[in-house]
Amino acid sequence: MSPDGTQAQTRPQGKDRPQGKARALAQEGARPLSPARVLDIDPLLQDPGTRIVVCCGSGGVGKTTTAAALGLRAAEMGRKVVVLTIDPARRLAQSMGIDSLDNTPRRVKGIDDAAGGELHAMMLDMKRTFDEIVEAHADPDRAAAILGNPFYQSLSAGFAGTQEYMAMEKLGQLRARDEWDLIVVDTPPSRSALDFLDAPKRLGSFLDGKLIRLLTAPAKLGGRAGMKFLNVGMSMMTGTLGKLLGGQLLKDVQTFVAAMDTTFGGFRTRADATYKLLQAPGTAFLVVAAPERDALREAAYFVERLAAEDMPLAGLVLNRVHGSGADRLSAERALAAAENLEDPRIVDQDGGKAGVRNSPDTYGSSDSPDSDPPADAASATTADATDATNAANATDAGATATEDASAPAGAPGTPERSVDQLAAGLLRLHADRMHLLSREQRTRDRFTARHPEVAVTEVAALPGDVHDLAGLRDIGDRLATGHPELPEARV
Amino acid sequence: MSRLQVVSGKGGTGKTTVAAALALALATEGKRTLLVEVEGRQGIAQLFETEALPYEERKIAVAPGGGEVYALAIDPELALLDYLQMFYKLGSAGRALKKLGAIDFATTIAPGLRDVLLTGKACEAVRRKDRNGRFVYDYVVMDAPPTGRITRFLNVNGEVAGLAKVGPIHNQAQAVMRVLKSPETSVHLVTLLEEMPVQETVDGIAELRGARLPVGRIAVNMVRPEVLDADALELVRSTPRTALARSLSGAGLGGARRGGHAERLVDPLLEQAEEYAARYTLEQEQRAVLGELGLPLHELPMLAEGVDLAGLYELATELRKQGIA
Repeated sequence: MSPDGTQAQTRPQGKDRPQGKARALAQEGARPLSPARVLDIDPLLQDPGTRIVVCCGSGGVGKTTTAAALGLRAAEMGRKVVVLTIDPARRLAQSMGIDSLDNTPRRVKGIDDAAGGELHAMMLDMKRTFDEIVEAHADPDRAAAILGNPFYQSLSAGFAGTQEYMAMEKLGQLRARDEWDLIVVDTPPSRSALDFLDAPKRLGSFLDGKLIRLLTAPAKLGGRAGMKFLNVGMSMMTGTLGKLLGGQLLKDVQTFVAAMDTTFGGFRTRADATYKLLQAPGTAFLVVAAPERDALREAAYFVERLAAEDMPLAGLVLNRVHGSGADRLSAERALAAAENLEDPRIVDQDGGKAGVRNSPDTYGSSDSPDSDPPADAASATTADATDATNAANATDAGATATEDASAPAGAPGTPERSVDQLAAGLLRLHADRMHLLSREQRTRDRFTARHPEVAVTEVAALPGDVHDLAGLRDIGDRLATGHPELPEARV
Repeated sequence: MSRLQVVSGKGGTGKTTVAAALALALATEGKRTLLVEVEGRQGIAQLFETEALPYEERKIAVAPGGGEVYALAIDPELALLDYLQMFYKLGSAGRALKKLGAIDFATTIAPGLRDVLLTGKACEAVRRKDRNGRFVYDYVVMDAPPTGRITRFLNVNGEVAGLAKVGPIHNQAQAVMRVLKSPETSVHLVTLLEEMPVQETVDGIAELRGARLPVGRIAVNMVRPEVLDADALELVRSTPRTALARSLSGAGLGGARRGGHAERLVDPLLEQAEEYAARYTLEQEQRAVLGELGLPLHELPMLAEGVDLAGLYELATELRKQGIA
């Protein structure tokens, strides 16, 4: 038996039980940090003053699921909620009954409405949203002309910022209807997390800007003395653009812009209104991330950007955090123990064959069960071993633990050998888990060091994707708990 | 082997990492590759631990055996000015256009145009030759937009056709499409063994095929090592806890008696095994889905310490071993 093992038996009893994480850290050799502020989700969702929650973050961190889970939780707490999702996974959308893309909020069935809440959900159709703006603000003839314009068709379906712009536009519309207590918005999977802040302004300033005015109203400018340069610039430019794009495209742009310009009363005004809405006190931003380097770097960038724009940040949702119920067993010790089990020569000079990993086929197929009582072999191979047998074995094993340790039971090829291999496999799994844990902790600490002011809630990793309301409810519980629920070691 | 290697994938799957590893792998043994970035995220610079890349081809890494990796972050505005300069010799006029916002306008609002400029620049690098008539780059690897947008991005012809029916942009789009739809190009998709990325990969491939763009390989990234196989996981369930406790105790992890340290490890370890088993089953299902696509499938290991420069070389070696490069 190694000195380490002895120590492990006495060490934890000698001290107050330390925080699992801090302890794991100490064992991994990382510096323990003061814990970050905990983001309390429930008060935020319950507060009638919270009218808009925006979930933002880089792609693939679980933004949509987080938004849906928050919406469900708020609804089950009694609020009337609408969730605006951008691009939900098919099965998640189906579970909420929004698999049809009709751009209208639909009531989600199957929620617990005991508290009087409602959940509505909708999936954004950016082209439809754009069309609706046109239809709402132009007379039918003009609307038809715009909708049929090839430039408009390309812009409404393809412009990289259109989705971002339309998401914000839809948010403004939903807010204006004032039918819901709370709007939860998912943001588009942008190439950069900032796009949804920038796109409305950008699109607005283009459609409302200098260039557009030049293109649409050259005559007005031409007569004025100070505009001579611009006029020259303009004709040169329209000439060049015409050369470059082909005259017909330029004409399409001009018609499109002319139609839009008089129709919209200024894109910029709308963009500004949306922007102000985001800054309003009723809005709360949640930055969503996973404990991975890139996602958290993006999250940190986002936090800084939101601060620069005076956007109210509520905190960070850290998804897919791993925990372990056995975090007092370090990766190193688990690996050492696994090696010990796989290669009995380390402790057993009789020279047994090294155990082969991932080959449990030797299990129970032993020719020479020599050193152990047959009763044990039987219990090891039989799934339905009775509790009585287990208890007896436990007592037996406990009494002989020290002997077992110094002279491992069973030679290679016996059932015990296979149990040892399984145990070694479990220990290797644990070592992987502990490595992952400390890596996640390091990544997280880097973020916390940079932004100690940001409150954090952690959501434990799930093995698979969420497809139903029960799954969303579970995520909601985890969000509100603020830290991963670890399987506690039985004491 | 196609000379233009386009790498796409769902966000968060590590497509930039795979693109960079591929560029390194292809450069091995004296070759020269160009790694291009089109989305202005400076992901390549972060990966190679250098300062932000300018709009300029510069050497960022040396591959094993003396090869070189160059990198370029394509900026659509500069690419347009470049293009105007090349075809129209527009020096100061270009600057005047920029001042008026025309360049900004053309590259941001006109959707297809931006993509023609980005893909056009990459195709130009593919075709570029030196004085001796040899290709300047043996391979060009593009870190492309994510799966959801890749077909529209590459299918510039379709995007631009409705807008520019004649003229130089139209011609440029035609020339780009000729390269992109030829065997000179190969579009690879990066995925994880998770439901959503796999679903996006399946959808993305259908779209690419629909647009007759050449689909190459699937790279499954961040594959976790198999610690326990299906049989072992089955056995774990049927093994009495007491036997495991004794085994752990035998490995020096404390007492196997109820409440002893080894015994108390059994529950959490079994719980972790159950989580592993659930994920294992999901991963096998996703593997099967990917298998049905009938494309070469490559698995890249999850790097224990995350992706750093050393990890990148490790992945490049793995790609070579698997015959991707």
